[in-house]
This record gives sequence, structure tokens and C-alpha cells, in this order.
Amino acid sequence: MEPDQYEYILDHYKNPRNYGTIEGADASYEEGIPSCGDVVRIDIKLRDGVIEDVRFSGTGCAISQASVSILTEGVKGRSVGEILSMKDEDMLSALGKPISPVRFKCALLGVKVLKKALLVKAES
Amino acid sequence: MERDAKNKTVFDPFKLREDFPILRRKVHGKPLVYLDNAATTQKPNAVIDTLRNFYETHNSNIHRGVHTLSYESTLMYEEAHEKVARFIGAPDWRSIVFTRNATESINLVAYVWGLRNLKKDDEVLITLMEHHSNIVPWQMLRDRIGIKLNFIRVDRSGELGLDGLQGLITERTRLVSVVHASNVLGTINPVKRITDAAHKAGALVLVDAAQSVPHMPVDVSEIGCDFMAASGHKMMGPTGTGFLYGRPELLEGMEPFLYGGDMIEKVTMERSTWNELPWKYEAGTPDIGGAIALGSAVDYLTALGLDNVSTYEDELLEHALGRLSEHEWIKVYGHGGGESVGVISFNVEGVHPHDVAGVLDEEGIAVRSGHHCAQPLMADLGMDYAVRMSFYLYNTKEEIDLAVEALKKARKIFG
Repeated sequence: MEPDQYEYILDHYKNPRNYGTIEGADASYEEGIPSCGDVVRIDIKLRDGVIEDVRFSGTGCAISQASVSILTEGVKGRSVGEILSMKDEDMLSALGKPISPVRFKCALLGVKVLKKALLVKAES
Repeated sequence: MERDAKNKTVFDPFKLREDFPILRRKVHGKPLVYLDNAATTQKPNAVIDTLRNFYETHNSNIHRGVHTLSYESTLMYEEAHEKVARFIGAPDWRSIVFTRNATESINLVAYVWGLRNLKKDDEVLITLMEHHSNIVPWQMLRDRIGIKLNFIRVDRSGELGLDGLQGLITERTRLVSVVHASNVLGTINPVKRITDAAHKAGALVLVDAAQSVPHMPVDVSEIGCDFMAASGHKMMGPTGTGFLYGRPELLEGMEPFLYGGDMIEKVTMERSTWNELPWKYEAGTPDIGGAIALGSAVDYLTALGLDNVSTYEDELLEHALGRLSEHEWIKVYGHGGGESVGVISFNVEGVHPHDVAGVLDEEGIAVRSGHHCAQPLMADLGMDYAVRMSFYLYNTKEEIDLAVEALKKARKIFG
């Protein structure tokens, strides 16, 4: 990627959307990637099986943090079923520009945490 | 290529590079610049050809066989032990045990010597600059039998704080296990001095030589340590190869590590007795082809001369430290003036190490980012993660310059 291709990702990295936590969240999950130290936490407010609000926090590289920011923008108003059937490609294509396979793990951390939050909630 | 007359280069790296097929490949359309040698090294034709030749011509299981192929394989496999023994100055080839890597070598000592010889409140002294492989096995013993695990600290210049060494080695210290060259800072530790001090107090010494043996002359007899662990794949041998040196008297007296085929002398329904060294510690069919190819890597290094390798890598290190110091936004850890191998950990101000490594990858440059399996050291230095570049004999100053240009790009994008 050339510098200008990073613009969308950098915008989300430097100005993350939906950053923070939700008091009394209906579902929460936190997970990291031990090998690189990236961590993402997601809090979700649900209403009738639909994501009403979502907040994330975490630390890590630009790809992981921007990806989860982009993710949170796209999931509000969507049903739990829709989220759980999201494919990796859906997330990767949402980044606007192709990223190298070596960074897939970073880009997909957010969607993994989001799904786990919903699954843990469903089990409880 | 013509070299500068002032250049101390003792061999021509450009000529040498022709021995490494992988260095001809491209990554993302750019020539590969491989600067991740502390993780594993590339393999020369000599090693690849040996593997191929073994499987094409000699492949057979070792020992026990009467047929020709088995005889040949056995001789070649034993000869690989001899080559490694000569390479590290071990007088007896039977004191070399082949393992999968330095980690397995250290585990062998922890499980076999440690579990049987250490008692509650005995002390094992390690340093804060150990790789996880020389921390976690001792934590296992601490949790199982209640030994105490003590650490020698590291100062800001990246050197071990050895002023109080006599105080750290107590009458309860049974083992000092220390890294020869740090995989994060490159620091070369005075293992002979540490060994002398430990022996004076009656403690044994294990040296983790994974990052030193491939890059500089190392002689176990001169150091005087009791055990030495190293990885073959970090010295151009195949992955899955490594070795443990142990003083023969110690190895003779210890129990086996893994039990099964080839490590026995005699098996009856009631009991078994153990084979002679080193087979007692090499249960099951080992990586025969890999071990023989490791022997070829040793031959390759010996022909170049470890003094020459070390001199050349010092040049690369000096060049890299100079180029990195040109930019105030690059923070280099350690390298405060002491001796070190060609390993540099650093951070680019305001850019996550993973993003730095990502940009470098797009330029075909392989560096490592992360905690480098040394989290206690990283935490102590106040960095959780860093970028690491590490050199080997086939790297060039031109490659380092390319890496510095790519760092500028990373800073421009993310900084």
C-alpha cells in the first residue's frame, strides 16, 4: 500500500468511532492476540435481538484498532443472527483497501470479539 | 562487487549470497531483505543439498541395522555429533545430545537434572534478559517443588548488573542459567566470569547459546559451563534441529528424558537399562536427515571462520546503529557500548511496532515485531513491544539502508 491508501484506516485509528464502554452492557467480551499484544474489548446494548449500541476499547496496531472502529460503525441496528453469519471477507472488504494476509489476524480481531460477546450472551 | 578499501570486510557477502537460493526471491515484488535472523536463519545450498542427498541416497533408520544404508546413516548421524562437538570445543562427541531446539535442550536439563536434584528452597539464578525458554521451565520447577527463582537485573545500557553477583549466588544456589547473547538487545554476557563465580559457590551453569553459537567463536571448554543449549536452525541448519552439550560425568549420572526405542541397553519384562551417551537422551527415531544437514551447516560456518563472521556482523551492527541514530524518532534499546551480536530492538515514535513491520513487509523487508519471547525484559525496559532487526553473514549494508528508508515511510504514514 502507498501512503494515501492508508487514509481511511488512519482516520479510524486516530479518531476511533464508538470508543469507550457501556455501563450495564448486555454483552461484553475482551480478547487479545498474545503474539502481538493487540487487545480489543467490546460492550453491546441489545434490544429485541438487535444491536442498539456498541462501544469498544483496546490497544494495538493501526490495523486492529481501525478495523474494530470501522466494524462498530457498521453493526448498529443489525441483528445478532446477521452478525454471527458475518464472513471474514465482509470485514476485510470494509477496510476499503486490500491488506496483506499477514495482517488478517489484526483486522479480524474485532469481529471475533464481537461474535464471542454475542455467543457468550446467548449461552448465559 | 568492489568494496571500499577501508572496509574491513573479510569475505564478500555478495558472493556468499549466491549460496542462499531464498535470497533470490521477491516479496511483494521487491527483493527479499531478510533481517529476522534471530528467529531463524536461511539455509545455504550446502545444507539443502545434504538433506536432498540423504533422502535420495542414504535414507534409513540408524543403529541396529545390518544393511548398508543403515550403516551409512548411522555413520553420518554420529559424524554430525562429532562436527557439532568440535564446533563448540567439546572434547567428547558423546557429550552432544541432539534435540529439536534450544528450548527442548533446556527442558531436558530442567526435567532430568532439575526435577531429581533440586529440593524446596534451592535457588536457580537466571537473568532478566532470558528468552521465555530459559524462564518458564524453571517456573515449572518452582511451582512443582518450591525452588526459588532469582533474577540478575539488566541496566539501561543493556548490560547485566553483575556488581552484586557474589551476593546473588548464595549457598542455596544450585544452578545459574544464563543467556550468552540476548535475543532482544544483542548483549553478549560474560559467561566465563559468571561460570567461575557460580562454580566457586558450588552451583552448576547452563549457558543458552542460541544467539551466540551461530555468530561468534564459542568454546565450552574455555567457558567451563556444565550445560550449553543451542538451536541448529539459527545457524543455517534445518528447523527441528538443536543440541545440548552436557559435561559427560553429569550426563552419565542423570536419568533419561524420554523413554523408548534406541535409548535402552537392555529391556526385560521387569526393568530396562540405559544406552551409552548420547543415545540415552535420544529416544525414538531422531531427525536423522536434519542432523546430518546441521553438520553441513557447521562445515559451512567453519570454512568461513567464526572470527570472520563475527567481524563482518560487527560491521553490519555498527552501520545499522549509526543509520538508526540519525533519526531522533527511532529509539534503540540497549547497545550502551558493551559487546553485542547483530540484534537491534527499537521503536519508531508514535507507530505501533506491528504497523512498522507491516510497512517493511510491503517493501520486502522481514523484521520481527512483538515481545520477542522475553516479556519480563521488555516490561523492565518499559516497552511492551518492539521492532527487531537481526543480521547474519549474508546481509549487507545496502539492505540496512533499505530498511531505514522503509522506517521513514512507516513514520510518514503512521507517525
